[in-house]
Amino acid sequence: MEMKPLTRVLLGLVCLLVAIWLVAPTLVVVPMSFNENKSLAFPPQGFSWQWYQNFATNPDWSNAFLNSLKVASIVAVLATVLGTLAAFGLDRMKARPANLLRMLMLTPMVVPGVVLAIGIYAVYLDTQLVGTLIGFVLAHTILALPFVLIAVSASLEVFDRRLETAAASLGAGALTTFRTVTLPLIAPGVLSGLLFAFATSFDEIVVSLFITNPYLKTLPVQIFASITRDADPTVAAVGTILLFATTILIGGGMLLLGRERKGRP
Amino acid sequence: MNPVQASRGAAIDLEAISKAYGGFKALDGVSLRIEPGEFMTLLGPSGSGKTTTLNVIAGFTDVTSGKLLVGEKSVVGVPAHKRNIGVVFQHYALFPHMSVGRNVAYPLTLRGVDKATREARVARALDMVKMGDFAHRYPSELSGGQQQRVALARAIVFDPPLLLMDEPLGALDKKLREWLQLEIKRIHRELGTTFVYVTHDQEEALMLSDRIAVFNRGRIEQVGTGRQLYDEPATLFVGRFIGDSTVLRGEARSDGNSTALSIAGETVTAPRKLSGEASPVMLLRPEKLSLRRPGQSASGGNRLSGTIGEAIYLGSESKYEVKLADGSAAIVRSPLTGESFGLGDKVELCFDGSDATLLADDASADTTLT
Repeated sequence: MEMKPLTRVLLGLVCLLVAIWLVAPTLVVVPMSFNENKSLAFPPQGFSWQWYQNFATNPDWSNAFLNSLKVASIVAVLATVLGTLAAFGLDRMKARPANLLRMLMLTPMVVPGVVLAIGIYAVYLDTQLVGTLIGFVLAHTILALPFVLIAVSASLEVFDRRLETAAASLGAGALTTFRTVTLPLIAPGVLSGLLFAFATSFDEIVVSLFITNPYLKTLPVQIFASITRDADPTVAAVGTILLFATTILIGGGMLLLGRERKGRP
Repeated sequence: MNPVQASRGAAIDLEAISKAYGGFKALDGVSLRIEPGEFMTLLGPSGSGKTTTLNVIAGFTDVTSGKLLVGEKSVVGVPAHKRNIGVVFQHYALFPHMSVGRNVAYPLTLRGVDKATREARVARALDMVKMGDFAHRYPSELSGGQQQRVALARAIVFDPPLLLMDEPLGALDKKLREWLQLEIKRIHRELGTTFVYVTHDQEEALMLSDRIAVFNRGRIEQVGTGRQLYDEPATLFVGRFIGDSTVLRGEARSDGNSTALSIAGETVTAPRKLSGEASPVMLLRPEKLSLRRPGQSASGGNRLSGTIGEAIYLGSESKYEVKLADGSAAIVRSPLTGESFGLGDKVELCFDGSDATLLADDASADTTLT
């Protein structure tokens, strides 16, 4: 259907407004990170790289960043392995129990973060996992698992299982078939699951606030602590870095998933 | 697994194989011996058990009861990937993430064949299906016919003693199908492997096979060469499934050695008797029937009056559908040199009683065919 020129212009304007409304608050962080004064004022005054410098040299910040990187990397691998196995298992199960199990595994996405955080905190107090690496990894894996499950399940949905029958007829056992046929074909889903899992852990704040302690802080926790204590523009600098990093990661994930949906060349 | 198995065909023995899904019997006591190097076609309508039988031989489906021997050894309980049987699927099932060359090399890689031998055998298999120039292409870049030829190469490259094909040409158009039928026949001759071929297309079965097993409702109705099935069908179902046929039903009387059917006041006889209690019907092939104008002088034989319901020009011959007095239809083929008839013409249908095959009536033969 052809659109009238006026309709087209109006539609474009509305879309632009919505886009600005969605992105603007995030983008405000970018100019603020170059502020000369130690305040989170907008519009910023002057120009300096000092807050980026502070991020790199102040151990509070660099440690928090390294902690986040460490936790997110382990979580990404763990959640991807578990999520892929779960997706594979659910795909091969009878429909009814599989749907129930799938819903159960997706609950961390639905349950309010605070509720989940209180529960995890209560358990961690008893088991002395507060402020430990393993504590963070376990909590974040729970949150990241649904993303992997969804991404890999989507890939398995379009995977032609008859290829596994063909592989068997050619002499491949179940494991060899998975390694040489199934996994390469669902790889885009697995990879995008990995990226989502990493991003989920890297910017997780609610649960992290509960289970952190002075010895182990992740970057979002450090940001929150810093901004509530003093208006340090280092927060804006970190925000800018995170903004670009996650945009690249998630964008990459979406691209991979999109290509999978459309089918391969 | 022996990677350098001699490329001779294996014999297959199915002994009273049954397969039940809940209460439904997909296979009901199927017994069949396939000779080494034979081209055996499993023919039947959809749901008749032919594909289930193939899946049982391949190891994709386990049996509820019965014995299965491949090369005189029982393979019941042996998983599919240890049976060393080549399978070609209707949907090609090429691995989309591998090139044609890697697809064909796949079974050899699994068997630990070294690189030089592997490349030589892949090249030979691709040459055999005339796809030698396509080794670097990907399946998505090939047409359906090309993909199926690659799938065939992949199924024969490891020299299996048995090749199973499940409606391999079902997704292709008629011209391509006919050409590939000739190719499959040639490859069977060159390899000497036992071929088991599943199809619902009786012309394809006649064209390819040494012998055909006709399936119906989870059972084998008859096994034989195409000629045997056409000339001497054992059941009404086989007679109707293979080729065109006319079935005459009527009030039956048997005396001595002949059977008479009374059809809407007219009587036809055949010099044969059906053993058993079942009510007999006569099955006639179109070329055994002839048409005449009523009242024309004629030698002996049977006559039935009818009218032409359909006249079809087929190039080399004409095909007529004749409506008989009892409402049933007869199919007649006659050469163009003879007299031609038009729609609605009153005719007499003539045949020699000895050309009629007497079979037990089976109302279910009609329902499974349509």
